[in-house]
Amino acid sequence: MLSSKASSNCHGQDSLYFLGWQVYEKNPFHEVENPTGIIQMGLAENQLSFDLVESWIRKNPDVMGLKNKDGESVFRDLALFQDYHGMPAFKNELVEYMAKIRGNKVKFDPNNLVLAAGATSANETLIFCLADPGDAILLPTPSYAGFDRDLKWRTGVEIVPIHCSSSNGFRISMFALEEAYERAQKLNLKVKGVLITNPSNPLGTTMTKDELQSLITFAIDKDIHLISDEVFSGTVFDSPCFISIMEAAMDSNLKRNIDVLSRIHIVYSLSKDLGLPGFRVGMIYSNNQTVVSAATKMSSFGLVSSQTQYLLSYMLANKKFTSNYMKRNQKRLKKRKEMLVSGLKKSGINCLKSNAGLFCWVDMRHLLCSNTFEAETDLWKKILCEVGLNISPGSSFHCSQPGWFRVCFANMNQSTLQVALRRIKDFVERSSFNYQQNMGSLSRKLISNWVRKLSSADREEQER
Amino acid sequence: MAIEIEQPRVGLSKVAVSKTHGEDSPYFAGWKAYDENPYHETSNQSGVIQMGLAENQVSFDLLEKYLEEHSEASSWGKGAPGFRENALFQDYHGLKSFRQAMASFMEQIRGGRAKFDPDRIVLTAGATAANELLTFILADPGDALLIPTPYYPGFDRDLRWRTGVNIVPIHCDSSNNFQITPEAMEAAYQSAESMNLKVRGILITNPSNPLGATIQRSALEQILDFAVNKNIHLVSDEIYSGSTFSSSEFISIAEILETRGYKDAERVHIVYSLSKDLGLPGFRVGTIYSYNDQVVTTARRMSSFTLISSQTQHLLACMLSNKEFSENYIKTNRERLSKRYDMIIKGLKKAGIECLKGNAGLFCWMNLSPLLEKPTRESELALWKVILNEVKLNISPGSSCHCSEPGWFRVCFANMSEQTLEIALERIHKFMEQRKRS
Repeated sequence: MLSSKASSNCHGQDSLYFLGWQVYEKNPFHEVENPTGIIQMGLAENQLSFDLVESWIRKNPDVMGLKNKDGESVFRDLALFQDYHGMPAFKNELVEYMAKIRGNKVKFDPNNLVLAAGATSANETLIFCLADPGDAILLPTPSYAGFDRDLKWRTGVEIVPIHCSSSNGFRISMFALEEAYERAQKLNLKVKGVLITNPSNPLGTTMTKDELQSLITFAIDKDIHLISDEVFSGTVFDSPCFISIMEAAMDSNLKRNIDVLSRIHIVYSLSKDLGLPGFRVGMIYSNNQTVVSAATKMSSFGLVSSQTQYLLSYMLANKKFTSNYMKRNQKRLKKRKEMLVSGLKKSGINCLKSNAGLFCWVDMRHLLCSNTFEAETDLWKKILCEVGLNISPGSSFHCSQPGWFRVCFANMNQSTLQVALRRIKDFVERSSFNYQQNMGSLSRKLISNWVRKLSSADREEQER
Repeated sequence: MAIEIEQPRVGLSKVAVSKTHGEDSPYFAGWKAYDENPYHETSNQSGVIQMGLAENQVSFDLLEKYLEEHSEASSWGKGAPGFRENALFQDYHGLKSFRQAMASFMEQIRGGRAKFDPDRIVLTAGATAANELLTFILADPGDALLIPTPYYPGFDRDLRWRTGVNIVPIHCDSSNNFQITPEAMEAAYQSAESMNLKVRGILITNPSNPLGATIQRSALEQILDFAVNKNIHLVSDEIYSGSTFSSSEFISIAEILETRGYKDAERVHIVYSLSKDLGLPGFRVGTIYSYNDQVVTTARRMSSFTLISSQTQHLLACMLSNKEFSENYIKTNRERLSKRYDMIIKGLKKAGIECLKGNAGLFCWMNLSPLLEKPTRESELALWKVILNEVKLNISPGSSCHCSEPGWFRVCFANMSEQTLEIALERIHKFMEQRKRS
C-alpha cells in the first residue's frame, strides 16, 4: 500500500546508533532525580556556551519581540517573508561568519549561499542536484550514521565507502580512494562525487591542505563532485587550524582548471558550533550557478523560519558577540575534550589525537574479547546497560575495524562527565579482574535478551 | 574571488536540470513582472498590483495584538529560562504542546465536528514539504496521482519534481461549477491505465485552490468511495479550511470518516498549514495528519528533512493554545474575508464580469471567456498579457492551473489593503469600458 521508500529500512533507524538513544530515553541520567540512569554520550551537541547566547538574548529583547532597531514591529514583513532566496541580511551575516571561522582566508558571496532546514536537508538537497537514482557517492568511513538516511533514502543514490583504518590515523589515502572508485565501477555504479566531513565526525580531526588538494585532483581526474560537510568547522579548538576545501581550491595550480570551483560544494549549519539544532539552520555554498539555482528552488521544501532568520541575523551582526563566542567556545571545548581524554587515559583507554568536534574517537580494541564486530556489539551492550553510558559503536559509523567508539563530551555538564569517567574506570577495573571469568556467556545472553526486549518495546511505543 | 565559469562541464542530476520545477509557467512570470514594477499606494501608483499571490493579510492586527500582550511567546520568559531546551529541541515528534495546540485549532476550525489526535500530527516546514513528503511515502517513481483540475500550479513541482511521480488530471469544467464527478475520476483513472501508470492516490484541495469553493458532502462521499473502490490513497489538502466565509459550509474529510465510523480511514491523509488561515507563510508551519500508523511513523522520520524551527513551534504553541485568541481569530478572520469577497464580486459584477460562486479561500475564480478572441489557451494567454502589461494587474491564467476550459482567471483579494483593491477594481472597470467601446 505504501511506496518502497516507506517500507525500506533506508531511514537507517534500526542501527545501534539510534537504538542506544532509545534505551537512554527509557532511563535518562539526572544528577538529582536519577543518578543511576544512563548518561547520553551519543549525541553530538554543544551545550557548553549557551550562557553566551542567553546573555545576548537578554540584551536584545526587541529582536525577540520581532521589532526593529526603532522599536517598530516587523512582524508583518517576517510573517509574509517566504522568499526561497532567504533573507539578504541573514545571508550577508552568515557568509561573514563562515569567513571568520576560516580565519578570513576565504571570502564567500551571499548569492552563492542557499539556506536549508538544517544540514540534514542541505546534504539531501545537494545529492538530489548532483546524482541520479542508482548513482553512487564515495564516503570515507567511519562516517556519521545519519548519512545513510540523508544521502540515500529519498534520493535513491548509493553510498560506496572509502575504507580508512587506524594504521594511518584513519586518514583518506589515495589508495583507498582509488580502491573505492574501482569497487563502485565493478558494481556498475556511476560515481558522481565524494563527500567528506571536515572536521570529521566521528574522528574529530581536520584535514591537511595536501589531503584536500589530493581529493580535489581526484575529483577533477574522475570528473566528479566534491562535497565538503564543514558543520563542525566552528568547533576547531586546537592546532592545526582549520583549512576549508575552498581555501585548498584557491591554490594556483588547481585554479588553472576552470572547472575546479564548479565541482566543489560546502555544507554548513549552526547546529554544532552555535548549539542551535532546534532552529534548523543549514546551508549549501557553491560556485556552480546551476547547483545554486536548482538548490534554491528545492529549498522550498525546507525553508528556514523567517522568525529565526531575523533573530540570528541580528545576533551574527554583533561582531563583538561572534568574536567573543568563537574564542570562549573553543577554549571550553578544548578543556572539556582534555578532561575526557585524560580521564580515559587513567583507565588505560586511548583516544585518536583530535583538534575539533564535540566527541572523541576512542580506542577500546583492547577491551574486546575478540577482534570482531560481535565482540564490539557485546562491549557496547555492556557499556550501555551495565555501565550506563550511551556511547556509539564504530560499526554504526561503518568503521571497517571493530573496537572504536565515538564518545561525546560537549552535551553535558562537567560533573556529569566526571560521573561518566568514574563509571568507566570502575568498569575497566572490574573487567580486568573478572575478564572472561564472571562475564560468562550466560550473563551476556541475559543482557542481549534484555536489550532486545527493551528495543522492541521501544519501537512499538515509538510507532504508536 | 569568484572565477567566471561559462559552462561547467561537470554533470548534474536529471532532476537539477529538468524543468519540472515548473517555474517557467506564466504563474511565475507574472510575479517577475510584478517584482520589476510593484504597485505602491504613494510611491508607485501606476505599478503592477499583485493579485496572483494567495496570501492572507486581512487579520495581522489580531496576531500583532496577541504578541504585544504575550511577550513570553516570542521570547523564553524573563532571563530566557526556556531558551536552552528550545534551542536543543530537534525531536522529529515536534513539541508536544505545539501538536496539541494544532490539533485543537484544527478542531475549532471544523466547529468541533471532527476530533484530532495530537500523536497523529506530523510537523513539516510548510504544506509544500508536507505534500512532497506524502508523495514520497504513498507512491514510487513513475506512479501517478489523480488531481482534479484546475489545481494549484505549485503541485507540478511539489508532487512531481524530486519524487518522479506523475500527475494525471481529473478534468472538471464549468458545466457543473467545476465539481468533481465519479465519471471524471473514472476517466482519469482509465487514462492513467492506458499510459501504463500505476495510480496510487487521489489528491483533492478542499476548499479548492483556485476555485475558492468548498467541496460538497456528496462529492466527498463519492471521492472516498472511489478511493476505496480502487484501493488507493486519498490526500485532502485542507490548508484553506480556516478561510471559509461561514463555518458551517466547510466539510472536512475527517467528518465523512467520523460518520463512517472510521472505516477505510487508513487510506486518508490530511495536509494543513498556518500559511493561509493565519497568514504566516514565512514561519513554515505545515502538518500531515494521517489515520495510517505506518504513514505517521514514516512521515515523522522523513520530517527530519523539513523540521519546523523550535523557536517558531514555541511561539505558535503559546498562541494557538490560547482559546480566547484562537476562537476570536477564526471568527473575525472569516468575517473579514467574507467582506473582502463581497467587495470584489460586486466590483467585478459592476464591470460586467461574472465569477464562480465561491465561499472560501483568498481568491475568486473569474470568468473572462466572453473576452477571448477564440476559446483557446493562446487567446487566454494573450488576454493575460494585456491585463498584466496594460491594465497592470497580475492575475493567474487558468491554463497555469491546468484548467481545460480557457478564459478563467484566479484573482487574489486578501493580500492587499481595501484601498488597493478599490484601485484594482477601478482599473478593471476602465478596461472593460474601453473594450465595450472598441
